[in-house]
Order: sequence, then C-alpha cells, then structure tokens
Amino acid sequence: MKLTLKIWRQANATAKGQMVTYPIDGVEEDMSFLEMLDVLNEELINKGEDPVVFDHDCREGICGSCSLQINGEPHGPDRLVTTCQLHMRMFNDGDTIVIEPFRATAFPVIKDLMVDRTSFDRIQQAGGYISVNTSGNTIDANAIPVEKENADESFYAATCIGCGACVAACKNASAMLFTSAKVSQYALLPQGQVEATTRVLNMVEQMDKEGFGNCSNTGACEIECPKGISLENIARMNREYLSASLKG
Amino acid sequence: MSILDAKIPEGPLAEKWTNHKNNINLVNPANKRNIDVIVIGTGLAGGSAAATLAELGYNVKTFCYQDSPRRAHSIAAQGGINAAKNYQGDGDSNYRLFYDTVKGGDYRSREANVYRLAEVSANIIDQCVAQGVPFAREYGGLLDNRSFGGVLVSRTFYAKGQTGQQLLLGAYSAMNRQINRGKIKPYNRHEMLDIVKVDGKARGIIARNLVTGEIERHSAHAVVLASGGYGNVFFLSTNAMGSNVTAAWKAHRRGAFFANPCYTQIHPTCIPVSGDHQSKLTLMSESLRNDGRIWVPKKKEDAEAIRAGKKKPTDLKEDERDYYLERRYPAFGNLVPRDVASRAAKERCDAGFGVNKTGEAVYLDFASAITRYGKEEALIQGNKNPSEEEIYKLGAAVVENKYGNLFQMYEKIVDQNPYKTPMMIYPAVHYTMGGIWVDYNLMTTVEGLYATGEANFSDHGANRLGASALMQGLADGYFVLPYTIGDYLSKDIRTGKIPTDTPEFDAVEKDVRDSIHKLMSGSGKHSVDYFHKKLGKIMWNKCGMSRNAKDLAEAITEIAALRKEFWADVKIPGSADEMNPELEKAGRVADFLELGELFAKDALHRNESAGGHYREESVETSGEQKGEALRDDENFKYVAAWEYKGEPKDAILHKEDLIFENIELKTRSYK
Repeated sequence: MKLTLKIWRQANATAKGQMVTYPIDGVEEDMSFLEMLDVLNEELINKGEDPVVFDHDCREGICGSCSLQINGEPHGPDRLVTTCQLHMRMFNDGDTIVIEPFRATAFPVIKDLMVDRTSFDRIQQAGGYISVNTSGNTIDANAIPVEKENADESFYAATCIGCGACVAACKNASAMLFTSAKVSQYALLPQGQVEATTRVLNMVEQMDKEGFGNCSNTGACEIECPKGISLENIARMNREYLSASLKG
Repeated sequence: MSILDAKIPEGPLAEKWTNHKNNINLVNPANKRNIDVIVIGTGLAGGSAAATLAELGYNVKTFCYQDSPRRAHSIAAQGGINAAKNYQGDGDSNYRLFYDTVKGGDYRSREANVYRLAEVSANIIDQCVAQGVPFAREYGGLLDNRSFGGVLVSRTFYAKGQTGQQLLLGAYSAMNRQINRGKIKPYNRHEMLDIVKVDGKARGIIARNLVTGEIERHSAHAVVLASGGYGNVFFLSTNAMGSNVTAAWKAHRRGAFFANPCYTQIHPTCIPVSGDHQSKLTLMSESLRNDGRIWVPKKKEDAEAIRAGKKKPTDLKEDERDYYLERRYPAFGNLVPRDVASRAAKERCDAGFGVNKTGEAVYLDFASAITRYGKEEALIQGNKNPSEEEIYKLGAAVVENKYGNLFQMYEKIVDQNPYKTPMMIYPAVHYTMGGIWVDYNLMTTVEGLYATGEANFSDHGANRLGASALMQGLADGYFVLPYTIGDYLSKDIRTGKIPTDTPEFDAVEKDVRDSIHKLMSGSGKHSVDYFHKKLGKIMWNKCGMSRNAKDLAEAITEIAALRKEFWADVKIPGSADEMNPELEKAGRVADFLELGELFAKDALHRNESAGGHYREESVETSGEQKGEALRDDENFKYVAAWEYKGEPKDAILHKEDLIFENIELKTRSYK
C-alpha cells in the first residue's frame, strides 16, 4: 500500500506545532498502525530527520499508553481496539491519513503526538482506592461473597485502561467515563461501600479541577472506548454523586 | 569456595519464614519517617513494595519510564495468579504448591524461597479481594478457579484474561492512597541509569528525566530493583517495547551478581510471526490450554496442503490429526509445562508439520470444548435433545465468557475467527527466570540493594509455571521485602539523610553523562533498531529453544563484534537535552548487547538440559523418557552467579549449591 500521512509535529510543550505531510510506501496489511509508524521513523532516521514521537508500550491493547487521533477518531476507525491493535487492513491503497495527538486542555502536548495524561493519575489519587493496608492481615477472601452479576459488572468497569480516548472523543473533553468507571468498580462491591461517599465527591472535584468538561450525554466516549466501557457507569456515578451530596 | 551466602534461616522448612520474621530487627515507626527508600519499577513487584513500605512509614520514591505506574508491563499478564487456598478441595496445600514449583523449575530453584512463596500465596488473594480486585466468581458469590500447566489441581484465581491488569490496578490504587498522603513521590517518565554506592552500600541512583533530558541525583538508605525481565534481548518477545535490562545491568556493573542469565521462558502459545516489520509478539494465555487442544496434521501432505491454502484445518477428520501433546504426555496432556510444550511444537514444525505460510505454527483448537460446554449448558437449561447448532451457540457463549478478550485480540491481529477455525500459535520469548542474584532476604551482593519480582532469579528455577509470576511479584512486594528490608534499615536509624553533593554521586553522574555523550557521537550509519534486530536474530537462532556448544560459542563472538559496531556506528538523531526516544532505546540496547554475551556464556557453560535451557548434547537416549531433556544433577545442581569484570567474557562464575532436603530430585516426567 501507498499512503499519504499528515502528522502533527510539535517540538515541545511550548513550541508552535504544524501538520507535516509524509508519503509512505510498502505498507503491508498485517502491520499494526504503530508498526507502520515504525517504518516511517526508520526512514526519517536514515534521512537524518527527527522521528515522530508517540506513546506506546505493550502493543497488545492493555497498557493504555498509545493514543492518537486518526482521521478524527481516537484510536482510528476500528471499534474496540487501541491504536497498537489497529491493523493496516482497515485502510486502502492511496488513502490519506491524518494523525493528531489527543486534544484536551487537561492533556497538554509533550512532543509531537505524545500528550501528558497525569491528570488521570491525580483523579485516581483523589479517591480511586479502598483504604486497606497491604499487610495481608485481612479476612479470608471467600468471607466476602459477591453476587456474580455485580462482580462481573465491577470487572467490566475495572477494565478501563486509562488511555483517554473518552476525553479525546468528547466535544466537551469530559472525563466522566474514565472517572465513573473507577467509581462504579467500587460502588458495585461490598468492599467499596465504606468510603463510597467521600470517594465520589473527591474524585469528581479533582476531575473538575483538572479542567475536564462536563458530560452532555452525547455518548461518543462509549463508542470510541477501546474497552467498551458502558455509559451506564456515568449514570451510576451521577446517582452516587447525588446521594453523596445529600449525605454530605 | 563461593562467597555467596544465601542466608537461609535454620529450622524445618515450614517454620523458617515464621522464625525468621520473629528474629529479625524492626524499625520503630518514628524512625521510619527518617528513612528513604527508592523503588525502581512500578509493576506488581515494585508497586506493591512501594505501597507497603510507604504504609509502614518509610519515605518512598518510585521511578518508572512509563507516564504512569499503571502502565507497567505486569498489566499484560493474562491468565491468573496461583494460591494454595484449596477452595476446590482438590488436594492442594502449601507443600503441593511448593513441590509443583520446584519440580516445574526442574530442581534449579532454592527450596526455602519457594516454600515461603507458597506459604504467603493465600494471603495475596485475601489482600487483593480486600482492595477491591474483581476476581471471577461463581454463582454462589465465591471465587472461581482454573487450572494451569504442570499441575494437577485448580489453584489459579483469575479475572477473565486480564488478571495482571486487575492486580496491577490494585497495587496502583494502594500506591495512589500513599501518593495522596505524600508518602510516595512518583517519578514517572524517569529512567534509572546507574546506582550510586557509598562505602559499599547502595545509597542512591542517577536518573534521566525522559521529558526534559535532565540528569538527576536521588539518594536513599536502600534501593529496590523491581525492573522486570530482559526478554527483549531477543528483540521480538511478548514484553512491552520499553521493557529492558538497564537497571539490573547497571546494578550488575556495580557489583550485583547476575544469576542464571540463560534461563529463559519461551511461551508455547503466542501468535506466530507474520513478517519482517513485526515489532513485538502477542501472547495467548496459557489458560487457553484448559480448553484448547493442540494439534498438527498427521500426514505431511495435509500440512503442505494447508500451507499452500488448498486445505483448511476443519477439513481434517479426527483421525487425520496428531494431538501430539496428548500422545506424548498422556498424564498432563495439553497442560504440560511451558518448556515442554514449546519444544514439542518446535519438534513438529521442524519435522515439516507446521501449518502457516512460514511453517512455524501449530493449531490450538476449541471445537471439542465448545461442543462439550454446549451439551452441558443445554442439559442445565433442560434441553435434552439439542441440535448441533444449539450446542455450538451455547458452547461458544461459555467459551466467550471465559476467554472473550483473548479471542477478540486474536481476531483483530490475525483476521480469523477462532470460534470457527482453530487458532494458530507458536512459541515466543516471554519471561526470564534468570536475574539479579539475591539471598533469602532478597538482598543482592551489593549491601542495601534489593531485587524483587522478575528482576531477581530466586523462585522459578529453570522454568516458571503459569500464573506464578504474578504470585511472586506480589509476594515479594507485599509480604517479604517489607519485613526483610526493615532488618537492614534498622542499622540506619542514626544515619540521617544521604547527601547527593558528594564525590560518589559526582563520579557516577560523570559516568552516565560520558556514556550518553558517547552514544550521541556514533558515526551515524545505522538506527538503534537495526542493531537490536541483529542481536535478536543471533539470540533466537543460537540461544533460543534449542542450544548447542558450537552455536553458543559463535553467538559470543558475534555479539561482541556487534557491540563494537554499535558503539562506533549507531545513529541517534536529536540531542540528549530533550525528549529523545531513540536515545532511550540506544541506552537499553547497549546493555542488551552486554547481557546477550553473558547469556550465551552462561548457556555454554551449563552443559545440561534444565527447564527452558535445552542443550542438544544433553538428552535422554533410552527408556520411557527417550528424546526428553536430560538434567545433570551431579555437575550442575547450582545457581550460576556471574560477577562483572569489565567485558562479559571476563565475568567470573560463582556457584551457590542448591540443597534439596525436602524434595527428592527426580527426572521431571509429565508422561
């Protein structure tokens, strides 16, 4: 395949960025999108140019490092995959592909396609945990039975990889899907009940402080989420938040 | 006489750990506030250690090259975590988990460490459930288990195919709680580039801020390496792109002995290589072997027809298929340990029975599992005479519930539907049992420097059993290190803060800067990846699944030559004072180029077959075990710990004799 890539280049956080066009040849269907960028980078290095910087690590869709807005969509045109698992068979010979970083005030660009997502970490630090010591002096695991349905729902919420596609997909750059996934994971488990009130209040407060926008129920986040995290989590968080506010 | 002292406590095996904990020194809570600990790596081993140490009151600094601790590669572990809970009542016990692990490791691990691992395993599950880790459950609300290779019980706890993710997010949440309290200071997008020793003790590190390129000094009273394994020395592996040996190797250069570097795990069920552009390999969890059956065609003509695209696997009838694991190992069948399954796949493919274009793939087939589950499910639902279509639908739903995410991942990569046609798999480099040598307290040969998780060598011998890596990482971090490090730190309550404006820090920082300068001034002929791929080819062809003296000797020479070429000709664009991923990669590959040579040297010296290390010269020649790997206990029942002396070829071998008092050394049979 022969393709034309239009890629956002930006030297650092404060530099002015611009789109740069790169033609690329010899792209194979079995390549992943990032392997295609590897090929481009190898060419750039051999020409003595700066390779394109992007986040990536596990390349199997679970670490949440990779991002990229591809033709306007976070993680590209395929569904339920991250960019590292997007394969070039989704594209056709002659295509032009526009590649940008995830755009959000709370995700400032570090270089080229790499953005700073530490705002997500700070939301988790505000309450995304159960306050038990890790000494192991707790009760037997089977002493806390959990209804299978709730355990499964909790698990699905917990499969969020923290990539930020939900924010990048949202016209308001809202982090509601991300935050609600963590709130839901604990809200559905008996272990999470003790701190339920403070957790949701603190996490939402931090989310707002980071400059993420509000949710206006468009649902783009759910569609673009590579892990299929459900909008129901947002509804659950809203309920949790309301009851916590009334208590608080 | 060896200078290695494993410091194994006296007393009966089952009492060693308890006695040891009762007799070691403690640090009082007020003093812990004056003690700093650095943790390198935030995966299961590092994250759990950091959280627990902070909770105890120490001041912890964590370092990871990723943008968040949550992205460490433990996240990618799929299948599960072992624990001797015996919830299934199928005969499990601490002793049995200990026994399986030592046997699975081909009698090349340290008894006392492994027993302790088994002993604390059950506690891990309690701990994780209390933290809100959503493990799989049965309808009654209790925890579910499954079985893994090399064992005869069901002791594996899991969260679908994402167990590592859920456990790591548990450890990350425990870290977050401590970050919020100010007890952990996380240094993300930072890479440790060297260890600083003061009076022989590890007292700090030099790190590079990967965003700005700044070189930083950090001091502490002790340093913990939880930096993972070195599988990426093969270029292609199931490791993350950034997984590296640099922290461990730099420690080695500063005096930490490197143990058994040649013990590598080649995992049998990975998605086969598809082309030259490939950047990494993807694992398909071992848990799939609970339900998948592995086979190749019985007749070579069929294999050839399949390779040429003239036949499909589903065209072959039952009696035209060779379920070679079930045939060769009737007792364990498809659930033989990883090293055995990998070699058997290679044997069939080398003999010409491979099933993909390259001839390097075998089938993993779920058709019988789908039928079996479908029939069962139909009965449960009261359908006495289900049609084939109904059976398939019900069975596929059960399989989806168990392995859905893995099937989806396979389909996205290979573009084939594994519910309808068997998966194609082939072995790939996955885990390294070798690593930094540690004593019973997890301390390396450098005082105050500890190594935990995959970065150390101690628990898995020559082959790791499935679902045991997560167990070891968390056992070390939550339950072992927090005790043993206190014993050491109790001597440091009067030391006070370690200053960084000292000649020791000056000297190491200079070394780091010189090394970066040297990398940046290569002649610029080839990219870093060019050298990494070349190294990977040498490693895979000459130090891979099957090894012999001639190849290994050649590998040593070739790697040394490649290293020389690398330092002269590597091309790194940009500058060292900015975000520069090529420079990061170059530093890691430079270390792989040294480790690779030591790896080959270790493999050459170990003229026996043990676990993942298979020497063609050491094979059973007769009897029931004919053709299987042959261990040599008389000459090699020891840990090979290498001391750095400049070039890898000059490394000095130290031996820790392995003493088996509670297990009888036997030929490892899975027949």
